[in-house]
Amino acid sequence: MSTELELIATPEVPVEAECLSPAKLKGLSQSGIENLGMMHGNRKVRVGDFFRVTGNGQTSLRLKGDLSRVKYIGAGMTEGEIRVNGSVGMHLGAGMSGGVIRVSGDASDWVGPEMSGGRIEVMGNAGHMVGSAYRGQSVGIMGGEILIHGNVKNELGSAMRRGLIAVGGEAGDFVGVNMRAGTIVVMGGMGIRPGAGMVRGTIVSFQPVELLPTFSYSCWLRPTFLRFYLCHLGQSGFEIDDAHMGGRYRRYCGDGLEENRGEILVFDSR
Amino acid sequence: MRVGKTEVVDTFAEAFGMWGARVIITADTKNWARAAAQSFTGFATSVIRCKCEAAVECEIPETDTPDLRPGISVLLFAMSEEDMSARLVERIGQCVMTCPTTACYNGLEGETTVPVGQRLRFFGDGHQIAKVVGGRRFWRIPIMGGEFLVDDVFGVQPAIGGGNLLMLGKSGRTALRAASGAADAMRDVAGVFLPFPQGVVGSGSKVGSRYKSLIASTNEAYCPTLRGRVKNSALPEGIAAVYEVVVNGLNEEVLCEAMRRGIQAAAERGVDYVSAGNYGGTLGQYKFSLYELLESD
Repeated sequence: MSTELELIATPEVPVEAECLSPAKLKGLSQSGIENLGMMHGNRKVRVGDFFRVTGNGQTSLRLKGDLSRVKYIGAGMTEGEIRVNGSVGMHLGAGMSGGVIRVSGDASDWVGPEMSGGRIEVMGNAGHMVGSAYRGQSVGIMGGEILIHGNVKNELGSAMRRGLIAVGGEAGDFVGVNMRAGTIVVMGGMGIRPGAGMVRGTIVSFQPVELLPTFSYSCWLRPTFLRFYLCHLGQSGFEIDDAHMGGRYRRYCGDGLEENRGEILVFDSR
Repeated sequence: MRVGKTEVVDTFAEAFGMWGARVIITADTKNWARAAAQSFTGFATSVIRCKCEAAVECEIPETDTPDLRPGISVLLFAMSEEDMSARLVERIGQCVMTCPTTACYNGLEGETTVPVGQRLRFFGDGHQIAKVVGGRRFWRIPIMGGEFLVDDVFGVQPAIGGGNLLMLGKSGRTALRAASGAADAMRDVAGVFLPFPQGVVGSGSKVGSRYKSLIASTNEAYCPTLRGRVKNSALPEGIAAVYEVVVNGLNEEVLCEAMRRGIQAAAERGVDYVSAGNYGGTLGQYKFSLYELLESD
């Protein structure tokens, strides 16, 4: 059994719906869910003002409709599952530590900021700052997985410390900027300056990429650990070619302006 | 009880509790995986002197290994959790990591885990890298051949060691053929392994010795050359050789199945007697009655 919420009125300005998380709905009656508070711009509104609620509060939550103006879905999530049939607004899964969020459409900026566990899967595209640290924070996500099947914009995984971010399409500029550790896999192309300021961690690119001069070529290799990751991503619905699975990668270490302990692996199709 | 021409003796095999781990070794080719497994399982016949017991469980097709390369499953048993960690670190470090192109994964999901990769990582001298994927943490250790990948922890579980069958033959060749056939049949059971060469022991032992420095010595009750000289000989007249098949298993169920298959295979090869080794029930926690094994078939 799951709790269903269907958007019945399109918000004029974004709604901040931090309450739409399984742990916060668990055990509530239908009317209890309808009476939960949200911010619509600078006005306090009820969930029931925008959503038709079906069922009592369960650990499985289904959301329907164009939620691209609904922010903070799954914020602080610790358990359970959210399935969104449609697109979502900013700050999806902000600070989540457990559970699974699946979005059938697109996600806006700031997917999974300050995440420490759990999994976010977006079947469409996502905006800027996916899996990134909030401005002013030195450390980004501390664990968990963010899987974007489409494209993402700039600063993917900024300052990430642990976890896995995978992008099936293309990524914008500054992939893994100031990265502390963790793994980013981008299957399409990526923009300029990947890994700028990275201390440790791994960025994998299936496509040729222009690197900063502060990255040094190490060698080519067929990384066994990457097979492990690609098997995992294959099981998560990404299409992984045999060429990428067993192929060779050029390894660059950097950023030389930092500890030079990070790495960028670029698939070598030769 | 007779099974074909074979007399199955009314006795039981006495086995004891151990701890077990399953190690998955992969490599770029089947040959390198085999080489690593062979090295890993070397000098691991008996805890009496080898500190652990280990053998290949099966080969794994590349479609079923964690990194989609050819793999081999190896079982390793030791006497305690602490021993498990030490033995795994020693053998993976010295025998698998040293073998070109290999990686080493935990093959046993269990509540109890022992540190392996988290101890081996120090070989990386500060250049090692930890990775976590799907909740599984492993280590990338830079080596001259590239990188060695190993799981952070390995699952261990209570297991059983010392299951055994004795093949008594009026001809040494018959007894050995029966023991070899039994070993082949028993090895097919998943979750068991036979730690001795080809699964057969030519020099089974008893506990203790007249010499204080030895914790085990020859089992004179089953030595054909001592029949007539020792009072406790257990050999019927005419027996020329006794071979033992020792089997360890992850649980009682798989061990019973392996021993049952072993008795049947030995009987098919016409060995004169099938018996089992025990210490009167005073040493091990597990007793496997040969009659009960056959009756439950």
